[in-house]
Amino acid sequence: MEKVILSSHAVAYAVKLCRAQVITAFPITPQTAIIEKLAEFCATGELRARFIKVESEHSGMAALIGASSAGSRTFTATSSQGLALMHEVLHWAAGARLPIVMVNGNRALGPPWNLGPEHTDSLSQRDTGWLQFYCESGQEAIDTVIQAYRVAEEVLLPVIVALDGYYLTHTTEPIDIPEEAVVDEYLPPYHPKHKLDVADPKAFGGFAGPELYMEFRYKMFQAMEEAQRVAAKADLDFRRLFGRGYGLVDPYRLEDAELALVAAGTLASTAREVVDARRGLGEKVGLLRIRLFRPFPRAEVRQALARVSKVAVIDRAISFGHEGIVSQELKAALYGGEHRPLIYGFVAGLGGRDVTPEDLEEALDRAGKEGPEEEVLWLGIRL
Amino acid sequence: MLEIRFHGRGGQGTVVASNILASAFFKEGKYAQAFPFFGGERRGAPVAAFTRVDNKRIRLRCQIYFPDQVIVLDPTLIQVVDVTAGLKEGGLILANSDKGPKELGLGGRFRLATVDASAIATRHGLGTKSAPIVNTAILGAYSRASGLVSIQAVLEAVQEEVPAKREENAAAVMEAYHQVWL
Repeated sequence: MEKVILSSHAVAYAVKLCRAQVITAFPITPQTAIIEKLAEFCATGELRARFIKVESEHSGMAALIGASSAGSRTFTATSSQGLALMHEVLHWAAGARLPIVMVNGNRALGPPWNLGPEHTDSLSQRDTGWLQFYCESGQEAIDTVIQAYRVAEEVLLPVIVALDGYYLTHTTEPIDIPEEAVVDEYLPPYHPKHKLDVADPKAFGGFAGPELYMEFRYKMFQAMEEAQRVAAKADLDFRRLFGRGYGLVDPYRLEDAELALVAAGTLASTAREVVDARRGLGEKVGLLRIRLFRPFPRAEVRQALARVSKVAVIDRAISFGHEGIVSQELKAALYGGEHRPLIYGFVAGLGGRDVTPEDLEEALDRAGKEGPEEEVLWLGIRL
Repeated sequence: MLEIRFHGRGGQGTVVASNILASAFFKEGKYAQAFPFFGGERRGAPVAAFTRVDNKRIRLRCQIYFPDQVIVLDPTLIQVVDVTAGLKEGGLILANSDKGPKELGLGGRFRLATVDASAIATRHGLGTKSAPIVNTAILGAYSRASGLVSIQAVLEAVQEEVPAKREENAAAVMEAYHQVWL
């Protein structure tokens, strides 16, 4: 049954339903409401987890690496500078093949100090070996955290579930909290084949020279490739049990579209209104929402955009010296394909600058009229 | 779609008010969404929050620039913030004030209503005399002034969202409902 709740609290319900056993917590806006709610669940005994208050995000992830190595189901949440501080141990968690699930409340990095949503914080963790999902609604946030444990524990890689700060973390809306018994059916308890156990001693995190190291990386790469199939299956199984699913990418009115918007996160939700408005005027416009960013679903993206001639990517992120990050990924994914639409990369909404339907209308109007294609197009700049 | 903007000061429960109102509308079969304007909110500083209400699932995830209705929780804000900014013609402003609607000094093609929510909250022991928590009282007044959501739904939503001082909050909601100046 749907209930009007804060999306951050919905995430905490997901973690409770998944019976996380070890949670580390360090407050940072805009994710703090997630760990506050989890602290409450642990204090009341509704969730029987070890709740560890840590002195930094780096320590928070390090503690989860220990807990996950010992076979526990683990969770933490962070944002922005906190995620950046974790960077070193993010590589370790993935390299150690630990299925840790973390929510990132997307927020811009300072300076200048800012609290607003932006995807640069999590997108710049692209190469750490973590899967990354970007959510559009509070419902998708709770559902994706549940799916994340299924996928992580099957492929043995950690997962970031990214929620736009404020637009999701601070938004209250009707959300269905899944039934505990059905979540138990969907997500079996975590029993890793190898774990830290004094009764069965093994060595972890040892040295691997050039004669071995590359094979570890090859296997990790293969696991990440496999994660696409596993994530698709986890989503299908979820749909079967809960009646909701999202896909790895989420095409909207693309069947006969000539011009497509591409976006991740809540921006895509607003974009649906714009697509409908343009369709009402007889324009062949559609939307492709990128839900899974790592691994990047190349085949699905190619298929979804197989008939469009122009694409306007809206990035809530920037890679200085090149362009928007989703835009780069999209171009790389389509380059090897047979059909190569023109791709116009827009940068919008940095540091929480509001992205309105009018901004997206502007992107649709500018795509194809401004060039060259390589140029970064900025939306809503005031100079 | 109905779009409502709240103005208040940090600590008055403005964001909670936007959530309670979303919940009250949802109880009456509407879809609703509530979220704050984000910034470095501090106690006493001007804050804003938004509630959207519709008959279908709400997909817009951006701020509200042209509200149908504005709710002002702090009487001193009217001199500080342009609370009428973007308000649609024929819209409604409901303000916490000890003055009647005509004495607010706000003019335009919109309806005005006032309620002395600070006095009501103080009478019921909500917050302190210098910093009363007026968010529940103002929603009681909103039910009557807007005629869009029932007082029962507001009362239920207040009880669910504000577990502390249940009876006091319920009494403040009812008193404001009856004492709103239209």
